[in-house]
Amino acid sequence: MTGQGFKSLTLIGVLVIAAAFVPFVTNGYWLSIAVTAMMYIALATAWTLFSGPTHYISLATGAFFGIGGYLVATGMSDFDISFWVMAAIAPIVAVVLAALIGAATLRLSGIYFVIFTLGLAEMIRGLVSWVQNNFLGSRGLYVLTDFTEEHIYWMLLGIAATVYVIGWLIDRSKLGFAMKIIGNDEGVAKHLGINTARAKVILFMITGFFSALVGVIVAPRYSYIEPNLVFSPEISFMVVIMALLGGTQRLWGPIIGVIPFILIWETITVSFPNATTLYLGLSFLAIVYFLPNGVVGLIESLTKRGRAS
Amino acid sequence: MNKRKFLARATAGLTTLAAASLLSFTALAADTIKIGTVAPKTGPLAGGSLVSQWPNVDLWVHEVNERGGLKMKEGQKKIELIAYDDKTNPTEHIKAVQRLATQDKVDFIIAPYGTGFNIAAAPIYSKYGYPQIAVTSVTDQIGELTERFPSLFFTLGDTTSFVAGLKDVLVKLKDSGEINNKIAMVNVADAFGIELADVARPLLQEAGFELVYDKSYPLGTPDLSPIIKGAKATEADSFIAWSYPPDTFGLTEQAVIENYDVKVFYTAVATAFPAYAGKFGSKIENVLGAGGVNPDTDEMKAYRARHEEVTGKAPDYWASANTYASLQILEAAIEGVGEVDREAVTNYIKSNTFDTIMGPINFDDQNSNRFWTVGQWQEGVFRGVVSSNIEGAVDVKLKDGWN
Repeated sequence: MTGQGFKSLTLIGVLVIAAAFVPFVTNGYWLSIAVTAMMYIALATAWTLFSGPTHYISLATGAFFGIGGYLVATGMSDFDISFWVMAAIAPIVAVVLAALIGAATLRLSGIYFVIFTLGLAEMIRGLVSWVQNNFLGSRGLYVLTDFTEEHIYWMLLGIAATVYVIGWLIDRSKLGFAMKIIGNDEGVAKHLGINTARAKVILFMITGFFSALVGVIVAPRYSYIEPNLVFSPEISFMVVIMALLGGTQRLWGPIIGVIPFILIWETITVSFPNATTLYLGLSFLAIVYFLPNGVVGLIESLTKRGRAS
Repeated sequence: MNKRKFLARATAGLTTLAAASLLSFTALAADTIKIGTVAPKTGPLAGGSLVSQWPNVDLWVHEVNERGGLKMKEGQKKIELIAYDDKTNPTEHIKAVQRLATQDKVDFIIAPYGTGFNIAAAPIYSKYGYPQIAVTSVTDQIGELTERFPSLFFTLGDTTSFVAGLKDVLVKLKDSGEINNKIAMVNVADAFGIELADVARPLLQEAGFELVYDKSYPLGTPDLSPIIKGAKATEADSFIAWSYPPDTFGLTEQAVIENYDVKVFYTAVATAFPAYAGKFGSKIENVLGAGGVNPDTDEMKAYRARHEEVTGKAPDYWASANTYASLQILEAAIEGVGEVDREAVTNYIKSNTFDTIMGPINFDDQNSNRFWTVGQWQEGVFRGVVSSNIEGAVDVKLKDGWN
């Protein structure tokens, strides 16, 4: 197990180094696809960190992502604070929020949590609009920086790699062990004396931190932030679909899910520009029906069968 | 899965991809000029862009090709249009513009729809040197943005001039004693609505008005009757709503139901849409709104007739004309240079005056100061009443009931 673990970490290390060279090989269109893919890899890996072991489908990604993007924009536009200061503040705000949500919902069984996160992005968008309307006023929120696509790509790659390493460390810690037991049977975990609520909240906070950080990094790419655009529920669903396609039992599952999904999505967009939502729904159905354990599950069951015969 | 099987599948996948990307390269005829465009066909902004943006793109391409194409030095070249839907999503938009620039290798790109998308796409236009004549992009940062992006042009005015236009209307009516100095003002609690209300508060107060009612409502509020009832309970002669399309319709509907008797009734975005008149008919006589046109010039009459004939629907009374004018500018600049030299075309736009359906347009620091700010429904036509540098404004009339 330990040997296997280090092997996968080394493999990921090699992949990260290879990925870092992408901007030298291409720019323009393929780089913009790579940036989008890297954004979803970071988000989906962060999502898997929490939802993989707990089996709770979190739809909170859009909320955290939005907090990152919105706070950077309002900090730079309304208060003239530098990008880097806001980049430090925004994820911390997301962590506090994750702690509050977690404390309120994760003590209950999973279904309450899922329903709550479903409306979370919309609720925060409403809250943000209310604050803007009553206290700040709105002058259009601009995030004008000198970052190029290359810079954004490398920063996102850095986040994705960090999330992976943290996930790898958690997997080998007491917390990771506790999470595995909770995922298999929460009742048993409680009887063993594991503080299940605390363990879940901590993991949810880590997910929130990195999702917000991705929002921060992507904000300069959008340049102009409207609450509507960053608090979009679509992003939460896309992340869930991609993570499920890859498979959530392994932390590297989402990486396998995101890349083919982005390429297929792109092909659909180019070939059937008027029916993309339909295909998004169909692919969701197909994944849940045919690949309940994702590509990772398929690979693992195939290798097992291969070994048995 | 064994290695060979995996390889086989990967190859199959890549072949499919390659085939798909080949499909996007349609006939590479040398005698065409490739023009790209990205705007929403689905998502929250689709309602607006399917009225103001897409029909004008179609109309323009149709007309140029009917004439035999763009007149270049090596002869006439027909337009080959490559269009993508951005689904009102900035990530999709950026990818699509990159695809146009580096995969489809289009010669020129028509500017996007919406403030956010114009600004999000500006770095890409600027990187590849595409001139970007933004229309549906209203901001108070024109100076900073044009300095940052040397090929970005603005044509629809800034936020402050919109509010100032309406203020001028009200001041004139107040000074002639036709309305009192009390105003009921509401806004949709979303980006543009908040921004306009924010600019309006000090401007109206400085002009001697009293805001006796100042409320906002969240985007997507289905029931707007409390807003109209609240405003109706005040003494105000004027009602202003910094509204978006759904609530422009909702507020008007409630005003009709409540028979809200005001002398000035203003709603912002979508008041100029043909669908607005289609829904309310003669009831909206003398309603004020954002935008406007001068429908009486020969050029505008001809444009409106052709728009209906080619696209099957009427243009709106605001951004439609500006959008078509921006395409005329692009056309004239490309023909003026006579070859696909984007830098030369950008410079040509900066230094020339263009004949358009809205009259002559030229750019001062990449910004055109020729646009309408306030219009009014008068006998089934939404006429401009306040403009910046355009002739043909008509006098404002007071609202007299909802019949």
